[in-house]
Amino acid sequence: MYKFISSLLIGLSLGAIYSLMSISLVLVWRSTRVVNFAQAGQAIVSTYIAYEVVNRTGSFWLAFIVAILAGALLGAIVDRYFMRPLFKRVTTGPIVAIAPVVATLGLLGILRAIVGFIWGVELKPIAAPVSLDGYSLGSEVLPFAPYNALVILIVAIVLIVLSLLFQKTNLGLSLRASAFSPEIARLSGVRVNEIRTLGWAIAGAAGAIAGILATPTSYLSPNSLDILLVFGFAAAVIGGLESMVGAVVGGLVLGLGVTFVSNYVSTSLIFPTAFVFLIVILLVRPSGIVAGKRSRRA
Amino acid sequence: MRKRLLLFIALGWVLLFIGDRVDELRVYQGASIAVYTIAIGSIILLTGYSGQISLGHGALMAFGGYVAALCVANASLPLWFAFVMAALLTGIFGGVLGFAAARLSGPYLAGTTLALAVGLPSLANQFSILGGEQGIYLDPGLPPARLGEDFSQYKWFFWITTLAALITMFWLSNILRSKYGRTWRALRGNEVAAQLCGVHTGRQKVLAFALSSGLAGLAGALLVLTISTVSPSAFPLSLSFALVTGAVVSGIYDLKGVMLGAVILVIIPEIADSVASRFGDSLKIISTLPGLLVSALLILAVLFTPNGPGEKLHHLRHKRKAHSG
Amino acid sequence: MSLVVSNLSVDHGAIRAVSGVSFTVESGKIAAIIGSNGAGKTTLLRTLSGLKSATHGSAQWNDHDLFSVKPEFNVRHGIAHVGEGKSVIAELSVEENLHLGAIWRKNKKEMKSTQLDVIELFPILGERIKQRADTLSGGERQMLAIGRALMSRPQLLLLDEPSLGLAPLVIEQIFQTIKSLRDQMSLTVVLVEQNALGALEIADTGIALNLGKVVVAGSAQSLLNDPAVRAAYLGY
Repeated sequence: MYKFISSLLIGLSLGAIYSLMSISLVLVWRSTRVVNFAQAGQAIVSTYIAYEVVNRTGSFWLAFIVAILAGALLGAIVDRYFMRPLFKRVTTGPIVAIAPVVATLGLLGILRAIVGFIWGVELKPIAAPVSLDGYSLGSEVLPFAPYNALVILIVAIVLIVLSLLFQKTNLGLSLRASAFSPEIARLSGVRVNEIRTLGWAIAGAAGAIAGILATPTSYLSPNSLDILLVFGFAAAVIGGLESMVGAVVGGLVLGLGVTFVSNYVSTSLIFPTAFVFLIVILLVRPSGIVAGKRSRRA
Repeated sequence: MRKRLLLFIALGWVLLFIGDRVDELRVYQGASIAVYTIAIGSIILLTGYSGQISLGHGALMAFGGYVAALCVANASLPLWFAFVMAALLTGIFGGVLGFAAARLSGPYLAGTTLALAVGLPSLANQFSILGGEQGIYLDPGLPPARLGEDFSQYKWFFWITTLAALITMFWLSNILRSKYGRTWRALRGNEVAAQLCGVHTGRQKVLAFALSSGLAGLAGALLVLTISTVSPSAFPLSLSFALVTGAVVSGIYDLKGVMLGAVILVIIPEIADSVASRFGDSLKIISTLPGLLVSALLILAVLFTPNGPGEKLHHLRHKRKAHSG
Repeated sequence: MSLVVSNLSVDHGAIRAVSGVSFTVESGKIAAIIGSNGAGKTTLLRTLSGLKSATHGSAQWNDHDLFSVKPEFNVRHGIAHVGEGKSVIAELSVEENLHLGAIWRKNKKEMKSTQLDVIELFPILGERIKQRADTLSGGERQMLAIGRALMSRPQLLLLDEPSLGLAPLVIEQIFQTIKSLRDQMSLTVVLVEQNALGALEIADTGIALNLGKVVVAGSAQSLLNDPAVRAAYLGY
């Protein structure tokens, strides 16, 4: 029973982090029709900046705020000064279909290299703001620690803020309208290009939070967030790639799935489980478990 | 077709001739170029002709490499047979994978193959038969005695890989001109239109992905031959990225440029090494510079010669004509 | 107060879709632009709102040069464009679609009162206010599209084929609404239509396009009586 409950809680905290990464991929996909593989690179930059802040000031929370701002800024810069010129330049030939994927891939490589130049390739730790030791229940020590609870809390707050922003404000309406139909949004007076850049910034901030929350339980290295990108992508696909609710559900399903498999079957099966999830969803429910209306083939 | 066959045979003679007259390092690099030529060819087949993109061809190469190593190390099968098995089994594996992902468009295949490439090391550690981090040693054997005593191992690798590359390229250039090639190009151009013309688009995409995987498997097996060991670290994520870069630099739908991409991929580490040695061989620079160069090259290529150097040259010639005329 | 289009040409790549078109629409009038498929009507309208850029020529609405700003700013000058094919956002609710139309105003009170006006004009939208736009019928969607445009309190309304794909009774209702927009709110309307008869019946002036050029222009009544127009566009 202890094992079940702790698996459930650990799974939730893991899934919460996947959800954030998944949301950041979905936000960009919806507005730009690009799966932003560079998101792992943007998040690694903001997380290294956070590492630097923690080292100098000793404050995790200051680092947390700085990481969010850095992630948002980087997201905006990538859209405004990288993706937009790219779409303007590359308009003909067979490359058009794959140019965005290829470009974000190249950007991922460059961001990783920059981080490696500045901070080196050795593993670096970020200390957690609260204990990483599990709660004890009677004589049992659960693997679920105060830090995991904190992760769940932070992600819940972020999700509430995001859903209020998207559902209740004019800005949120502009963001959704620009994503679903840029032309109608534009005819309604929405400054679509600026709004899209803002969407990239929000996505960048979400990815940055995912990056800094994922690091205290492991280590930081130029490619330490690649796996988070892959899990975030799998979560987004499980959720249908179009919907933010789907992204969260996908993240939680995946987090719980891999935790239960690793606790009850084998710890080294985490990755294969995620991969099998991805393949099975693609085969069985290509439009995701929170099915949207749009076809995935388009 | 016969003309092209003669062309390939002539090219082979030229390469053989060059291989006899350069030093060992260059011969070894020649073998690497041959391996990359096959790998990039497999991406051009996939991306340039059927419009799909794979970010995990490095992982498929690893699959082929493990198959070949297992064939030789565990079953003591002959080398040539191990290569055939590598191509065949990787092709089948790719077909299964493609069945899930290739029926869908762009981002799904890209993400799924990326997942494969990222997750490969943990898969290799999962099964003891794959040898974990250390991997499996593949004994390439000595070159046949009748080639003479001073015939080096590297030259032997060069011969094998170059022969494989020539055969592969000949086969590729034929299949891309066949009705399959035409079908794939139609698919890439306009999937719905192809469908309306009676093309079974799903089946064709899976077929293209399977063939491309098979070639990647062969390239992986050959790569393992030249480094004598197959282990997860020989197939990092950056290999997959480098292959995409090589294909984009070559011109994603132009088989003619494929060797250019391969040569670039082989000389990048050398450039990186020489730059790093100027900066006192710092670990930071040695470990990050190749990745930076590959990524920068990829982005520059997409921005400035998005459809390959061939198209660019064509445009320039056109411009000059327009100016003089 | 008028819309003045002069010597307008628009290229679609190598093809000239609109060629040397000039016309004037007086304030508070309806101008019907008729013509068959591919005559350049939609291109003309998209150029006026700024979605497409003109190759030559100019367009003025009062003192405002339509081609000097992006479409999202033309709205701020009182110009609203309803695109072809029931241009609503399917994923948003009826209310959100309406709010979208006034989103640049940022004045919540004004938005509320405008919304009441629009619902008075199209009561059915009031009944469906919380539903997603893709649950509406074709006619209701067209009303929502026009409603969204009205939310910006425009002076000049550009309508692209509002009757497309609708049942005859619904078409009649939409045309009557357009007429009342002119009569009651003194809106200026540029109405692009293939349904030439219906459009000319409510319009003040008519312009017939063919292959991007103006073939006939004049009062709507004169076009309705012109034997050549009748043969080519009205089918009797």
